[in-house]
Amino acid sequence: MLGSSILSLVIFFPLVGILVVLFLRQEQVRSIKVIGIATAVIDFLLSVYVYVMFDSQNPNMQFVQRLKWIEGLNVSYYVGVDGISLLLVLLTTLLMPIALLSSWNSITRRLKEYVFFMLLLEVGMVGVFCSLDLFLFYIFWEGMLIPMYFIIGIWGGENRIYAAIKFLLFTLVGSLLMLVAIIWLAIYASGPQQLGRFTTDLLELYRIAPALPLAIQSWMFLAFALSFAIKVPLFPFHTWLPDAHVEAPTAGSGILAGVLLKMGTYGLLRFCLPLFPQASVKFMPLIAVLAVIGIIYGALVSMVQKDIKKLVAYSSVSHLGFVVLGIFAINEEAIQGSIIQMVNHGLSTGALFLIVGMIYERRHTREVSEFGGLSKVMPVLATFFMIISLSSIGLPGLNGFVGEFLILLGSFQSRFLISPAYTVLATSGVVLSAVYLLWMYQRVMFGSVTKPENQSLKDLSFREVAVLVPIALFVFWIGLYPASFLAKSAASTKALVQQVERGLGGRAQVVQSAIPTNEDSSGGKHK
Amino acid sequence: MEFSSVEIVSASPILALTVLALLVLLLETLLRKSEDVVFVVTLVGIAICIAFTLAVYSRSGTAFMGMLQVGGFTNFFYLVFLISAGLTVLISRSYLKSQEIEFGEYYCMVLFATVGMMLIAAAQDLIIIFLGIELMSISLYVLAGFMRKRVKSNESALKYFLLGAFATGFLLYGIALLYGVSGSTRFATLAEQFPSLTSDAFFWVGVGLLIVGLSFKAAAVPFHMWVPDVYEGAPTTISAFMSTGGKAAAFSAFLLVFFHALNVGNSKIAEVLAVLSAVTMIIGNVIAISQQNLKRMLAYSSIAHAGYMLAGLAAGNDLGQTGIMYYLAAYTFMNVGSFGVLSVLEQQEEKNLTFEDYSGLGYKRPFIAALMSVFMFSLSGIPPFAGFFGKYYVFAAAVKANLTWLAIVGVLTSAVSVYYYLRLVVFMYFRETESTMAQEISGSSLVAIVLCAIAVIGLGIMPSFVIDLAQGLF
Repeated sequence: MLGSSILSLVIFFPLVGILVVLFLRQEQVRSIKVIGIATAVIDFLLSVYVYVMFDSQNPNMQFVQRLKWIEGLNVSYYVGVDGISLLLVLLTTLLMPIALLSSWNSITRRLKEYVFFMLLLEVGMVGVFCSLDLFLFYIFWEGMLIPMYFIIGIWGGENRIYAAIKFLLFTLVGSLLMLVAIIWLAIYASGPQQLGRFTTDLLELYRIAPALPLAIQSWMFLAFALSFAIKVPLFPFHTWLPDAHVEAPTAGSGILAGVLLKMGTYGLLRFCLPLFPQASVKFMPLIAVLAVIGIIYGALVSMVQKDIKKLVAYSSVSHLGFVVLGIFAINEEAIQGSIIQMVNHGLSTGALFLIVGMIYERRHTREVSEFGGLSKVMPVLATFFMIISLSSIGLPGLNGFVGEFLILLGSFQSRFLISPAYTVLATSGVVLSAVYLLWMYQRVMFGSVTKPENQSLKDLSFREVAVLVPIALFVFWIGLYPASFLAKSAASTKALVQQVERGLGGRAQVVQSAIPTNEDSSGGKHK
Repeated sequence: MEFSSVEIVSASPILALTVLALLVLLLETLLRKSEDVVFVVTLVGIAICIAFTLAVYSRSGTAFMGMLQVGGFTNFFYLVFLISAGLTVLISRSYLKSQEIEFGEYYCMVLFATVGMMLIAAAQDLIIIFLGIELMSISLYVLAGFMRKRVKSNESALKYFLLGAFATGFLLYGIALLYGVSGSTRFATLAEQFPSLTSDAFFWVGVGLLIVGLSFKAAAVPFHMWVPDVYEGAPTTISAFMSTGGKAAAFSAFLLVFFHALNVGNSKIAEVLAVLSAVTMIIGNVIAISQQNLKRMLAYSSIAHAGYMLAGLAAGNDLGQTGIMYYLAAYTFMNVGSFGVLSVLEQQEEKNLTFEDYSGLGYKRPFIAALMSVFMFSLSGIPPFAGFFGKYYVFAAAVKANLTWLAIVGVLTSAVSVYYYLRLVVFMYFRETESTMAQEISGSSLVAIVLCAIAVIGLGIMPSFVIDLAQGLF
């Protein structure tokens, strides 16, 4: 219907909303809100169209569009999605209208700018997931920092300036080194033995980069991985995260946790593994150890938090550790698990932040000790909170279980993660997450209402229910029938794993015969 | 001596601007209330010169007995100078009024300085470079001290003059030594003899002195000491002009001498330039962090940007040359834009020039603050603005020339620079104090600033336009 421009439409449609909003006056509060949400909803519907039309059998890039852009440097506007990016695009466009709706009442000043930056952020995020040219990718990757910087800095909490600058500088330092690596690759490609032309085309670089000597590959890998590790954030690069999450406004935290962190894990999957397979295997033990430390450390730190929002923030460090571990297990189960877990974490942590925000709007505090017995006063909120917490913990039947199970299964079988200790230690993270979340839930929701202020709290409004229902829907859908989502990413994941193994060359084939490969990796058997 | 009409047409931009400068000088003397007329004539004249430049853009060769180069490379720089001068004139009108220094000579001096810059970019002979630098510098010395009654402005002019005179001395001595070893000041002859000259110690001393002289004009460390004081004391609009046109002129001389005449690629000169570049980036960016006065902050930022451009020069390849040219075009727009914003908000007695003064500006004057943010993001090199692409280009040139370490220094210092550029954004948007800046903003200044912002965004998204202009030349 729309031919090859449909992806560009998904990426840039929010600009239409931005334009309209710019022409409204600051006082037209309702129109600004409605237009912001409507834009995000239409963008979501567009991405649903992409999702439906996506051919699951085809592991290659689809809906590809390529336009000449900067001919002097052979840079093109080159976008496309495969099974890996598709789910993340959908996650982004799903969370954006929810985030905007959740801030209906909480954002009272500078609403126009708020909607402007949120929609701009959406352009950047979707762009990151769709770019097939490293230059284009970098523009979205860094350009997206600007709106997030403003969202934290203008609408954030007390310590927002510190948090905004820290967020920006941390992510920038990493990505600037990645920029040098991108330039290096592009110039390497222009060598006469390579492609003979300067290029940042990802698919062309896929062909030549894996043949780089290991020493150079290692440097390239480190430059890319540092940038992604900061974004994920992998221990010990996580220190920006609690500040940014706690200070950001509710919707900002939701988007930050829901989508931005996924850009790091997506980068590892899309760039580090296929471009530098040998270096990935070389550094795998280091990264796996950091991931496991992150899982346990994040969980332990969450446990002792007094502030609910901080607790949720640190839980991200723990959960994203699982995703990274799964990616570096480099087999289909684990990577499939990682992809679905990215979506799961986006849904459940995004929702947790929104719920914390709803509580905060009523009580203007997030201290665990200020609450108790809320389930009596706010039964609807308590129900949603329970569902989401359980999903985050990984209760079977809910979405978190599917991802965590696949990751643990995959990393246990991985021939790269040689020691089962990684998996065993990571599993303890699942237990710990149950401890900190349920313990917090118990202290906040159960017991008797000790504080008089909590007696008269209003339960969720219709709007707030509307915010949480779509997320809860997906929590059950992925939990009960993951196949419908896993099927979309299966072919691409398989192709990716094969690509990495090709890149490893002879060394991989020797080991391959000893390892039983599991062809049927779609989620069916885990139902 | 006779000149063919072809030569005159080819060199028409520089000739026309000279005529314009003289005309403005006359008008200024003859008319009683001359300010309005002079302003309009200057603007229209610059526009005509831009038209001439574009009309003869595709020509090549030399004019006036091989002394001047025409078309291509030279005309690209003509455009940069003329645009810088035009934008400066646009933001000057209301600034001069508010500072009570509205005299017609101002425009005249700006035009003569521009003629000097154009001479530099057209040079085919070291003597012409010297001539151009002198014409430009002397006009700028006068302009720096244009606020006669203000001590800082006088200090600025005096410092600039004394140090500038020294630098010119070095430059001239370098030229003399090169003449001594080669018997000519012509680029063509120097290029011919370059292979045989490299064994001569005096040649290297001469080259070294040339680097010193030009580094001074380009504001590269360790010849940067004058920059903060001069930029701070000079009228804000002149700081804008010096930091863009003046820097572009210095780099055009660098390119002519070290790319066209002496091929520096992979020579010792390249190593020296690489070290200069690294030191300039580090010192400029690090010192800028501690500045409270915005003009001084932009002065140190100007030093840092000279460092980025030197990286392209040290690379010594085509990518580097195109990169520098793109960078200069982008830098002109973002820097005139930011100085332009400073100039419209500045009041008598140097008020409204610190970070503190900009607190809450984002709410008091959302439009101006938004434009300023665009310039700051662009200066810090965050995509999708023009500044990012300039850095991408020069760093790519450095990596290509096996100077990856230099590119790494460059990106790390850019990360440092983000801190101080965005500090202004923090003050404008994240502080909730009530801003007191309520003055009128004149139409002409606003037009210039908006043009700059459009260019910064446009060049960032569609860099091909400038690159094609810059690349179709060699």
